[in-house]
Amino acid sequence: MSDSKNDKSYEVAQSDQIASDIEGYLKDQEHKSFLRFITCGSVDDGKSTLIGRLLYDSKLIFEDQLATLENDSKKVGTQGGDMDFALLVDGLAAEREQGITIDVAYRFFSTDKRKFIVADTPGHEQYTRNMATGASSADVAVLLIDARKGILTQTRRHSYIVNLLGIRHAVVAINKMDLVDYAQDAYETIEKDYRSFAENLNFSSITFVPLSALKGDNIIDSGDNMDWYEGPTLMSLLETIDVSNQKEENPFSMLVQWVNRPDLDFRGFSGTIASGTIKPGDKIIALPSAKTSTVKSIVTYDGELDEAVADQAVTITLEDEIDISRGDVISEINRRPETTDQFQAQIIWMHDQPMLPGRPYLIKTTNKTVTGKVTSLKYKVNVNSLEHEAG
Amino acid sequence: MTKLTHLQRLEAESIHIMREVAATCDNPVMLYSIGKDSSVMLHLAMKAFHPSKLPFPLMHVDTTWKFREMIEFREKFIAENNLDLIVHINQDGVDQGIGPFSHGSATHTDVMKTQGLKQALDKYGFDAAFGGARRDEEKSRAKERIFSFRSAQHRWDPKNQRPELWNIYNNRIQKGESMRVFPLSNWTELDIWQYIHLENIPIVPLYLAKKRPVVERDGMLVMVDDDRMPLNPGEEPEMKMVRFRTLGCYPLTGAVESTATTLPEIIQEMLLTKTSERQGRAIDKDSNASMEQKKQEGYF
Repeated sequence: MSDSKNDKSYEVAQSDQIASDIEGYLKDQEHKSFLRFITCGSVDDGKSTLIGRLLYDSKLIFEDQLATLENDSKKVGTQGGDMDFALLVDGLAAEREQGITIDVAYRFFSTDKRKFIVADTPGHEQYTRNMATGASSADVAVLLIDARKGILTQTRRHSYIVNLLGIRHAVVAINKMDLVDYAQDAYETIEKDYRSFAENLNFSSITFVPLSALKGDNIIDSGDNMDWYEGPTLMSLLETIDVSNQKEENPFSMLVQWVNRPDLDFRGFSGTIASGTIKPGDKIIALPSAKTSTVKSIVTYDGELDEAVADQAVTITLEDEIDISRGDVISEINRRPETTDQFQAQIIWMHDQPMLPGRPYLIKTTNKTVTGKVTSLKYKVNVNSLEHEAG
Repeated sequence: MTKLTHLQRLEAESIHIMREVAATCDNPVMLYSIGKDSSVMLHLAMKAFHPSKLPFPLMHVDTTWKFREMIEFREKFIAENNLDLIVHINQDGVDQGIGPFSHGSATHTDVMKTQGLKQALDKYGFDAAFGGARRDEEKSRAKERIFSFRSAQHRWDPKNQRPELWNIYNNRIQKGESMRVFPLSNWTELDIWQYIHLENIPIVPLYLAKKRPVVERDGMLVMVDDDRMPLNPGEEPEMKMVRFRTLGCYPLTGAVESTATTLPEIIQEMLLTKTSERQGRAIDKDSNASMEQKKQEGYF
């Protein structure tokens, strides 16, 4: 348990500071950056094991949890009585019983550089929509590949879907290197294959790491088994990857979520700012009505603000009485989004019943639910080969 | 330009979730358990709808075995902030004399808490209920959606949850069905304490260490909060410096020995501790999947 390999210097530094200067520690915590990522890949590529290992090696497992884990590993573990880290994440009775991940699980940990939320997602094809749920809130996807098997159908499927959902950064973790004798050429073949596959995708960065989640190589420490690899460990990649999206620099827009009317004298529009910044005095336009006005105040419980930015939840009052209701968009007057009742989109269909062109469906566009129809299906993407097939 | 901190982002996310419920549900309610998470959730709700009053009532399902200081705190806080609170007690359970000492933790919790909650939800016909649960608390909670669907029988089906993409929540339900909504899903225990500290949110004093009368039972320090607690032969309450990491029914909530009398000291102790927050809870120990089972049956 207390072998020296787990005694990371940053943990020692962290707990020293906690013990001697808690106020200072809390200040640092406040300004620590934050990353949400998912682990995905095929069944048995070791996703849950990887997360269990990250938590274990960062000493984030409490004694009572560890005792339960030891107990469970003996009872239902798949590692012949050794610690089965997957049991830390597979929280549903059905998952533990069957040794599979059914739904996404969220785990929290932090190092001295960053706070993390990781979503461990299922690899089985029938649970792909749960994988998509996890992917939708993440900035980075850690795609696991079994070094013995290389790129599988699920690797392609997951890469395509996470990318379509908006993830721009992929970390390809080539796992189970211990089972291919830590051979460099196994790693390089997979890297080459994946790069050529990913040419058809829209990632802005792809990074490769060879590792063994089970043994701990290249998770937090490099270990001695892969001296040929000179890149960062998985943890140091996650700690440094830049995911800033410059949302604040885009034109201002806010979707009205709730009209705030405590009495006849106050009428504010509550919502979360989708992009850009706003100040009192700024000219705005309400869509779809195209009525214009000026921002009078930005109201919050903590007082009025001089400025609000993307991702803040605020209430805006206007100089003029114009009709705005839930689902409307308030945006910058000169750089407003287009309004339309027809558009072309890529759709991930999750329901068991097939989508039927012409049939009316409810469409939820953030704060509004409207009825709509799919007029025609241009093509279907075969998520396994990325080829277009007739609709 | 304003750069949002981690806590400001969490705050904005929670506010977004609450406004979504207020704008789209017919008859929502906020479950208020008087604990630290409830206090944070309520504080966020006041932020979300300011300057309006909360557009939904609060509800406390009172098992009649809460710490006395919790009830005192509740009464004072609700009155001071002019909030609308429903207190529901399962009268059937009271009539049958159900309690943790006479019937054990499992029966007591099921009747007074889970059945009591379901009774109250049915009685008032709530279609959405906010709860202060966090995903970092426990394994089955880590799996739950922010908008979590419940059947007309209040059951959770963990194997068949709805997709939940970005910050778009599907709360369409049929009559009788309902939603449990968890605005604090992505907060950690540290985030909660840090936020309480930064925002000066009032909490029940039981979270801070003080000399309190306790007896040790099955490895748990139980505070003797009133004379309903039967003492075993030879058992003598001892004054010990203790505090509580979570609050619930006093006979089921273990105290920890501590000298932390300020918020920074609590946080310090929490960060250096070697056991998880739920470890002091008798009801979680019944079996490994016990929380999942309780949740399926309608527990929060």
